This record gives sequence, structure tokens and C-alpha cells, in this order.
Amino acid sequence: MNSRTLPLIAFILLIILLVVGLQISDRKTAIPSPLIGKPAPAFELPVLGEPGRKMSKESFLGTPYLVNFWASWCVTCRVEHPVITELAKSGVLRVIGFNFRDESADAKAWLRQFGNPYEVTLVDMDGRISIDFGVYAAPESFLVDPQGVIVFKQLGAMTNEVIETEILPRIANMGSGN
Amino acid sequence: MRMHKLFIFIFLLIVSFSAFAQSRSVQEPLVFANPQQQERFNRLTEELRCLVCQNQNLADSDAPLAHDLRREVHEMVLAGRTNEQIKQFLVTRYGDFVLYRPPVQKNTYLLWLAPLLMFLAGAGVLYASVKKRSVLLETDQDPKD
Repeated sequence: MNSRTLPLIAFILLIILLVVGLQISDRKTAIPSPLIGKPAPAFELPVLGEPGRKMSKESFLGTPYLVNFWASWCVTCRVEHPVITELAKSGVLRVIGFNFRDESADAKAWLRQFGNPYEVTLVDMDGRISIDFGVYAAPESFLVDPQGVIVFKQLGAMTNEVIETEILPRIANMGSGN
Repeated sequence: MRMHKLFIFIFLLIVSFSAFAQSRSVQEPLVFANPQQQERFNRLTEELRCLVCQNQNLADSDAPLAHDLRREVHEMVLAGRTNEQIKQFLVTRYGDFVLYRPPVQKNTYLLWLAPLLMFLAGAGVLYASVKKRSVLLETDQDPKD
């Protein structure tokens, strides 16, 4: 009796492990960012299309803003572009573009072709700031609160659903920022 | 016969191209002050995971991110930062996931202890079955006792 039930139990446990493993396998490639709840990395970057002008993290303190890492070579950035545009138009927060590992001429052409949703686009040509933000895919978006703390990160394309369920409630919780 | 040799020659020629593929490293030429630095760089990039192609390490990956991270590691090695500091730099940005060798901490106890638990479970099963068999043997052989 015992010698027969034991292998059966072991087998059933293995099956359960397999099912659980298959179900989480889709999510395993998304790495939780250790930066959530931490101050956004410091940066001081040139502004696209305005030679000589630089902006730093301090320029954006006081209001919630979205840091959207994008590049002209990034195909998914085109997919999320209408959603980002809509979000920027709604005016609920500032939308800042971080153009990374890209040629400025390509970036400008991209914005001309698809439209420019960004209040301002900062140029992170060698990708150093994107590394500080822990970016490993494109696009990635970071919601930063008025104190300069990262409260949410979206890996991959921004969607209306994510805006409804993740972004807007968090902005509502932030208050005026003091 | 000659045809045969020709085929072998062509075959070897084709195979030999794979040698070029092997030796063509994905890494850009990097300059180090001394061999120890090079050695540290090589060991670190082998232990760190590329986040784009998640089953490759930094040393093997040709992804732009791996390229940039190698540059960061290279600069930190040149600046004389310790291995721990360099790993910490990446962990604060990308999480423990960048480490191929997970640290022993609260959420990895099960991972590290699993082999020991498996071993103990196996030992338990073995002990139980041996004991059961010895009881069977005793009852079989010495019914008169």
C-alpha cells in the first residue's frame, strides 16, 4: 500500500510543479526593478534640438512626471506612441522623453514622423543614464513623484489599461507634492 | 578517388570557417593596466548576466546593453573598485537577477537548502525501506523465535 502511494504522491507533486512552472514562465523575463521606492538616479542631460541646454533631475522636482525611455530603433516605441501622446495631452503629469543609445538626427526625424508628445526630450546617447535607471529593454517608463522618488515602472509598451490601473491611482495619491 | 579527396577538402574547408566564428570575439578591444585587471574583468563578466538575452553572461553577449555594461565594468576595474563594489553597482540597478550566483539571503534560503533537504529526504526513504526489509527478513527466516 505505502510503496505504491508514495511514488504516486511524488508524481502528482511533480505535475503540480510543472503546471506552476509553466504558468509563471511568461512572467519570468520581467525582472522586478530594485529602484521602486528609491529616489530616481541623478542625471544632467542635453535637451534634444536645443544645443547647449541641459536639464537635471532638479529641474523636474515638485510635480509628478513620467520618464519614457525611447529610441528611433525601438519598434515597440511606435506601438506605445499613441498611448504616450494621449497621456501627455491629458495633462495629468509631465511626460519627459529620454532618447537613449540613438542618433539625434534619427530621433528628430522620428518625432517629426510620428509627432512629439514630450514636454522635452533628453539625450542619453551613450546609455549611461539608462543603466542608472536599470533599463534593459525599450520602451521603459518610470513614474516619478514630486519628491523625485520612482513609484512605478512599466516594462515594455505603455497601455491604457496600465495608465488606468497603475499610473492614475498613484498620481491621485501623491497630492500637491509638499 | 580524386573526387573523394576533393570532397574531403571542401568539407574541411567549410568546417574550418567555424574556427573564424569561434575566434571572432564579441568583445571590443579593451585596454588594461595589468594582467590582474584583465583577469578580474574576465571573471566578473562571466559571472554577470546579460539582461537582454537572459541565458547569456556579459562576456558572451553581443547585445548593445551587454556592450555598455562591459564598458561600465571595465571602467570600474580600471578605477580600482573591488569586485563587491562592481557587483553592487549592478545589483542596485538591475536586482539580484544580474548575479549568476545568487547570494545567500532570506528569499534564497530554500534555493540553497534544497539540495540538503533532498539528500535528507532520500536518506529517510532509504533508511525506512532498509528497516522494513530487515523486519521482513527476520519474520521470514526466524518464525520459530
